[in-house]
Amino acid sequence: METGTSRVKRGMAEMQKGGVIMDVMNAEQAKVAEAAGATAVMALERVPSDIRAAGGVARMADPTVLEEVMKVVSIPVMAKARIGHFVEAKVLEALGADYIDESEVLTPADEVFHIDKRDFTVPFVCGAKDLGEALRRIQEGASMMRTKGEPGTGNIVEAVRHMRLIMGQLRKVQGMSKDELYHEAKNLGVNYDLLLGVHETGKLPVVNFAAGGVATPSDAALMMHLGADGVFVGSGIFKSDNPEKFARAIVEATTHYQDYKLIAEVSKNLGTPMKGIEISKLDPSQRMQDRGW
Amino acid sequence: MRKIGVLALQGAVAEHMRSIAAAGGEPVAVKLTEQLDELDGLIIPGGESTTIGKLMRKYGFMEAIREFSAQGKPLFGTCAGLIVLAKRIEGQEEAHLELMDITVARNAFGRQRESFETDLPVKGIEDPIRAVFIRAPLIKEVSPEVDVLSVYNGEIVTARQGHLLVSSYHPELTDDYRLHAYFLNMAEEAANRKKA
Repeated sequence: METGTSRVKRGMAEMQKGGVIMDVMNAEQAKVAEAAGATAVMALERVPSDIRAAGGVARMADPTVLEEVMKVVSIPVMAKARIGHFVEAKVLEALGADYIDESEVLTPADEVFHIDKRDFTVPFVCGAKDLGEALRRIQEGASMMRTKGEPGTGNIVEAVRHMRLIMGQLRKVQGMSKDELYHEAKNLGVNYDLLLGVHETGKLPVVNFAAGGVATPSDAALMMHLGADGVFVGSGIFKSDNPEKFARAIVEATTHYQDYKLIAEVSKNLGTPMKGIEISKLDPSQRMQDRGW
Repeated sequence: MRKIGVLALQGAVAEHMRSIAAAGGEPVAVKLTEQLDELDGLIIPGGESTTIGKLMRKYGFMEAIREFSAQGKPLFGTCAGLIVLAKRIEGQEEAHLELMDITVARNAFGRQRESFETDLPVKGIEDPIRAVFIRAPLIKEVSPEVDVLSVYNGEIVTARQGHLLVSSYHPELTDDYRLHAYFLNMAEEAANRKKA
């Protein structure tokens, strides 16, 4: 019997496919998310838009938030640790978190090193803006990837940019000749064998979700069309007018992303989505996607 | 070639489709109830049982799959799919399809850090298969009509009742297609019975 094998860790992410993972700040919200059909919840103290508004250093949530949420739902519970903060991650593992997000939404703890994720029994999800970044995280042991987008803005443009770039780069690597791969591996700063796998399959070796800026059912469906395996929704649900309705609508739009009539139906009378932020109005120092590398 | 559907509402759909193709069947991703008519068998994949159950109710799959089963067409549930097929779920008043006469306990092995893989002997398959258990459920009770195909640590993890097959673990996450071949065989037998 072996625990924490890469198959067990990546398999957990495979089971999330086609699903929606929602940010929740307490037990009550977690129940709403589960009832709406979320495949997992992310337990945190503040959703990204509140982290943005509050400023200061954003850290791992109080363990009681995680414990309360774990008590009330039967779906997996994820939690965020700061980039490079392996102690926060070990604490989350000890508490029983089912998945850890080494997240740029929190203030990074290390400006050089990410967490050695192979050293954990629980799986990790990490964000990426491009293929090199994704493969470097997978090399460090990430079992799931997500786009970074620009969290807490309710603006899908950056998530689209990241997904388009990754999918385009996957196609490019797939079309390369084998001798070109050595140079590309050096360019991307990744292991040759890992890149060879991408060349042969045309895909990342782990599941890749969309995250950062998903605010409407159509946003979720758009990301599925662009190649996402599923969707993370942060501020989009509990910062909207009617979280229950929004949550259900986003789950349905993700499942049936090619059924435009259905997306139209579920989008009716949803009330006001979260207020968004235009990216160009965002001070560069406030950009979360630039954290991590 | 037998057509095997994989219920594609959420979860490990692509992996089952790959395994069915490798075992010599023709896989179909099933999103609409109308698609069931063309199938010789249906797999309910791993994923989150609560989510899959909700979407099944929403899109009319409860009645449609019960009807499919009433025609004697085989069903195979893995992990969440096992929970969806069970008559009883421990600690829960409501079950989902209530087709197979078993009682299941959800997340019986613990949280994700307790998930594991192991070699598992299965009745009717020659050598042990590699079984990947992820937040896996267990079969706590079975009626006499249920044939227990494998036991891990004294607990039932694979079982068959006539045209229904279930596993607590994920055969679709490995390159071992023998359990899928076993299911294809069930579909073949059911189709031949119908002809006769």
